[in-house]
Amino acid sequence: MRFGTGFLSAAIVTAAFFFQASAQAADPAPAVAPAAEKTVSPDGKWSLKDGTPIYNIQADGTMDWFTYSGFRRYHSECHVCHGPEAQGSTYAPALVDSLKTLDYAKFVGVVASGQQNVRFQNNSIMPALGDNKNVMCYLDDIYVYIKAMSDGAIPRGRPGSRVDKTAAQGKNENDCLGG
Amino acid sequence: MRNSALASALLVTVMAAPAMANQDVIKNTADPKQWTLQTGDYANTRYTKLDQINRDNVKTLKVAWTFSTGVLRGHEGSPLVVGSTMYVHTPFPNNVFALDLDNEAKIIWKYEPKQDPSVIPVMCCDTVNRGVAYAEGKIFLHQADTAVVALDAKTGKEIWKTVNGDPKKGQTGTSTVLPVKDKIIVGISGAEFGVQCHITAYDINTGKQVWRAYSVGPDDQILFDPEKTMSLGKPVGKDSSLKTWTGEQWKIGGGSTWGWYSYDPALNLFYYGSGNPSTWNPAQRAGADGKQIDQKWTMTIFARNPDTGVAAWAYQMTPFDEWDYDGINEMPLAEIDVGGKKRNVLVHFDRNGLGYTLDRATGELLVAQKYDPKVNWTTGVDMDPKSPKYGRPAVVPAASTFQNGQDVNTKGVCPAALGSKDQQPSAFSPQTGLFYVPTNHVCMDYEPFKVSYTAGQPYVGATLSMYPAPGSHGGMGNFIAWDAGQGKIVWSKPEPFSVWSGALATAGGVVFYGTLEGYLKAVDAKDGKDLFKFKTPSGIIGNVMSYEHKGKQYIAILSGVGGWAGIGLAAGLQNPTDGLGAVGGYAGLKQYTSLGGTLTVFSLP
Repeated sequence: MRFGTGFLSAAIVTAAFFFQASAQAADPAPAVAPAAEKTVSPDGKWSLKDGTPIYNIQADGTMDWFTYSGFRRYHSECHVCHGPEAQGSTYAPALVDSLKTLDYAKFVGVVASGQQNVRFQNNSIMPALGDNKNVMCYLDDIYVYIKAMSDGAIPRGRPGSRVDKTAAQGKNENDCLGG
Repeated sequence: MRNSALASALLVTVMAAPAMANQDVIKNTADPKQWTLQTGDYANTRYTKLDQINRDNVKTLKVAWTFSTGVLRGHEGSPLVVGSTMYVHTPFPNNVFALDLDNEAKIIWKYEPKQDPSVIPVMCCDTVNRGVAYAEGKIFLHQADTAVVALDAKTGKEIWKTVNGDPKKGQTGTSTVLPVKDKIIVGISGAEFGVQCHITAYDINTGKQVWRAYSVGPDDQILFDPEKTMSLGKPVGKDSSLKTWTGEQWKIGGGSTWGWYSYDPALNLFYYGSGNPSTWNPAQRAGADGKQIDQKWTMTIFARNPDTGVAAWAYQMTPFDEWDYDGINEMPLAEIDVGGKKRNVLVHFDRNGLGYTLDRATGELLVAQKYDPKVNWTTGVDMDPKSPKYGRPAVVPAASTFQNGQDVNTKGVCPAALGSKDQQPSAFSPQTGLFYVPTNHVCMDYEPFKVSYTAGQPYVGATLSMYPAPGSHGGMGNFIAWDAGQGKIVWSKPEPFSVWSGALATAGGVVFYGTLEGYLKAVDAKDGKDLFKFKTPSGIIGNVMSYEHKGKQYIAILSGVGGWAGIGLAAGLQNPTDGLGAVGGYAGLKQYTSLGGTLTVFSLP
């Protein structure tokens, strides 16, 4: 996995790394991926053919662990500006709308490096979170959660059923966060 | 007269300290025509003696004039009036306007600080600012980037400027300052960034730092005297903070101080509260034995001497926080009946949903009762001085995010992290003896999980879902009248949204407050009956104030939705289809209001 947690723990994450990465991701992901085009890694992480991470929602609404993990991390790290469930606030955009046009590579670039004065003429600042492990260790998780919301694949509100975290996923998490 | 009593008490303190009492503040706040502190007066009563606008004629209130601040972020605090000049502040970039009330509110000067905008995302919950203070010909501004500036009130020129913290480490400024004697008391935000927070005194004339008292840490940093600083009637003893932390976690221990400060000149003590112990994942703060540990002195009411900073007493309301129930809310001082006796008390409506009444000289706990009946994380506070758990809240295990554990979603905790009340200050009317309290009526699910600390980055570690209190009226707020002597709600008015605006009580028997939809409302102080409402251009998170100019009483309010309310409420806190209760077609605030800072000033026709 290009942005797997193992890699993040092995290297200091820098904005430059993500910009190199964004050049590789040529094709933006289609809005909704038909099930057949997805593959799942041994650690339970779903991705599109080009490697872009994606959610997996079963017919009964059960979501994969990473989408659920994204829900949790989003509401710890992102929601104080971008609002609950990525619905936006009085001063930061609704990411459920942003991800309708923003592809994975650009998403990663903006989160890692930040950007300025896009939403308002002045004083609209997305901070660079490239050295924030609580975000970067879960960047794919957060992306697939917002993407699932943006695609309407999951309803608003606290997720219902989910696939549980495996021991391997837990270990990856601890390796990445450290301590 | 209260003032002569104050003056004689002040003479005593003058002998003890080289500084003269700040007679200018006492004189200005005693004059009801002016409004020179955000809190109205040292006692934080937010009461005006003006009575031209009263319960009979308030229904004829009309807009006298308006003023656009030109800023779109959330507008907290209120304007000041000094003589015939009004001072209006804005959220980031923290502009200040001086308006000439003798000349159709013409702009006399505008101060526009230069700040690095990288401070913006470090500010949890919008770039609010709770307003400027006035004393001795100076306007004091506490900027987002923690710069504290003294401006010449006549010209807007900088007299001095100092820096209280470092935004790169997550330290920011949102609070007003308190001029006391020859000092300015300044707090700091940043508990969610793992800042070891503090309160600091600067020289009123030069901006030079005089003392700094941390909320957590060694005795010489928290300015506690182990023998003389009291808590619940006993000396706190040595290392009262250090021994309640695991290892060196106190160094990133939070305890922010961004609320409102009150001052009792007779006792020469000022009062304020501290915030949460940084991360919202209590498991990461547990003791070495894996059990709860107090994390003193977070979530605490402090009484300190402004000359030295040394604490006279401290009372921790929520030991080992598991819900983000910051203790920073206002500390109004009043003389009220408690148990049939007149007492000089401090009253505090905490985020944790309990209304506290304490003897403000000693810190003795007199009353601790729920001011929202839905509060369910505690069964109440142990009031027995002989009990080993004296002064502690009894935590309901089902609501304990620590006992339920990491990665477990604790459901239905009331209040939500917003608290039964946040910073929106209450008002006290000496006419009725009641407190008028803007409240939240919101509950939450709370799931804590592991986080890692990086300086200057958020250190949160919990996911929260918030929703209107289930099994109630479906709204997210109440405006209540509270008897602080008995610890009882006298009347309660349901509101569709959290009431995020500071109240004003008047000698005309009227209480004013704003709502998130943008209404300025006037109600009868006796029974809460609606008397008047007017929809201002945006949602109100500012505080109502009053002044008199050329014989006429005015009521002024800043509107401009935002703040923490602007995060969740703008999006709609909950999903109408998730079955959380009788809320039905509740819709988000964005259907009611939009951004924009405006001052609206009212008078009788």
